[in-house]
Amino acid sequence: MNEQIVKVKNLSRDFDHFRAVDNISFEVRTSEIFGFLGPNGAGKTTTINILCTLLMPTSGEAIVNGFNVITSPNEVRRSIGIIFQDPSLDERLTAYENLNFHGIIYHIPVKTRKERTKEVLDMVGLYSKKDSIVRTFSGGMRRRLEIARGLMHRPKILFLDEPTIGLDPQTRQYIWDYILNLSKKEGITMFLTTHYMDEAEICQRVAIIDYGKIIAIGSPYQLKNELGLTTLNDVFLRLTNHGIREEEASDKEQLGQFVRSRRLR
Amino acid sequence: MDFDAIRMIWVRDLIRHFRDRTRLLGSISRPILWLLIMGTGLRAAFNVHGIPYTHFIFPGIIVMNLIFAAMQSTISIIWDREFGFLREILVAPIPRTSIVLGKTLSGSTVAFIEGLFVLAFAPFIKIKIPLTHLFLLLTFMFFVAFVCTSLGIVIAARMTSFEGFGVISNFVIMPMFFLSGAIFPIDNLPYWINIAVRLNPLTYGVDFLRRILLGIKTFPLHIDFLYLTTFALVMLSIGVFEFNRRS
Repeated sequence: MNEQIVKVKNLSRDFDHFRAVDNISFEVRTSEIFGFLGPNGAGKTTTINILCTLLMPTSGEAIVNGFNVITSPNEVRRSIGIIFQDPSLDERLTAYENLNFHGIIYHIPVKTRKERTKEVLDMVGLYSKKDSIVRTFSGGMRRRLEIARGLMHRPKILFLDEPTIGLDPQTRQYIWDYILNLSKKEGITMFLTTHYMDEAEICQRVAIIDYGKIIAIGSPYQLKNELGLTTLNDVFLRLTNHGIREEEASDKEQLGQFVRSRRLR
Repeated sequence: MDFDAIRMIWVRDLIRHFRDRTRLLGSISRPILWLLIMGTGLRAAFNVHGIPYTHFIFPGIIVMNLIFAAMQSTISIIWDREFGFLREILVAPIPRTSIVLGKTLSGSTVAFIEGLFVLAFAPFIKIKIPLTHLFLLLTFMFFVAFVCTSLGIVIAARMTSFEGFGVISNFVIMPMFFLSGAIFPIDNLPYWINIAVRLNPLTYGVDFLRRILLGIKTFPLHIDFLYLTTFALVMLSIGVFEFNRRS
């Protein structure tokens, strides 16, 4: 077993007129909960997209579960589960259909597929809703279903991009309890991003990224001690303290806002 | 090749299609509009090859529904890729060839079904289809649907932002439809239009369907078939290439 399940070395990614990820290097240890924190537009999602083989790096190297994301994308894909920032469930399908299709594309045999579908639906408390169309689900229910789906093929590492964004405190608590529980019971490595610093306190280690560069990495305790501060929130504000970000929305982000506002209706 | 994944993409798209009522409505109203209003209205003015105008445009209306449906299902890929279910498919261990093939097959099936809606109008405008020709006709309708969908896949793969279906309709579907010989004969056209008509894959699709349905033709059979096959293969290759490129 690899001691480090994710190894990133001098990774950069350029877009048309800016550098989203700027020469970052870090490692994630097997079975730990690793937090990837940063203000809006700092490069969190870009990094996750590279690690998930959706995006090519401009330069540098990334190894996930021993496989290179550039040369062995399919092996990487088999090793990971992802909960995206924007839900990627099919809203016109039922909860059961969403999970069943997931099982098919990960080649889980029929019998195991049925067992696991029930198992993960039970785990997120949605078994009674299995035949409802996802469109009728609340935001929290969708998130839970997505977490269930991400776990169905027993990934070695689970990426969670803002798993609790836009959820009420109860649902947030519920989802974090799951994540902690899963990490304890199954030893799945968690790689997560979040805006909520109080949530990041549960991570074993965090990296703080700003303007595409990693500016601090370590356990929350260690970072707080080094700066003599009491909360991770203070650490975050101290390190990234250059005012509110004027983030220029790209076409895709504008579209994303449009999608989100439509979902509210 | 990952047949499980191809089948799953196909089944999923069909389920989605049949749960969407508004699209079904569009695919029925379009042919009515063209056959009833255009066909009947222009009937007095045109008499092509000695056959009624409604008959003359009928094969073209089938092809129009095929390409409309094909484009609609492929353009949804853009949305799906950035914010939807396609991301789930893209991060799964599936060869990109299988994704492209699955998408093309599901788009073709949906388009084929919408083509059948037009075919159902044949008895009402008194077109008789010999039963012996029916199988060939259906096979070829699916083939034309496949060609249109492969073109749609390439457009969707190359478009990075979502400009909306209106743009595709105005700049791709309509020009292709008008330049396909669907609504006027292509025997005596000026040089510049003729080139566009001959490059247009729909021309060969319309030509073939018209041969089966009405017994009139412009090109030899093998030319229709060869051009469409080549076109689809080229489009699929570009599609696979584009999907393999992780931007």
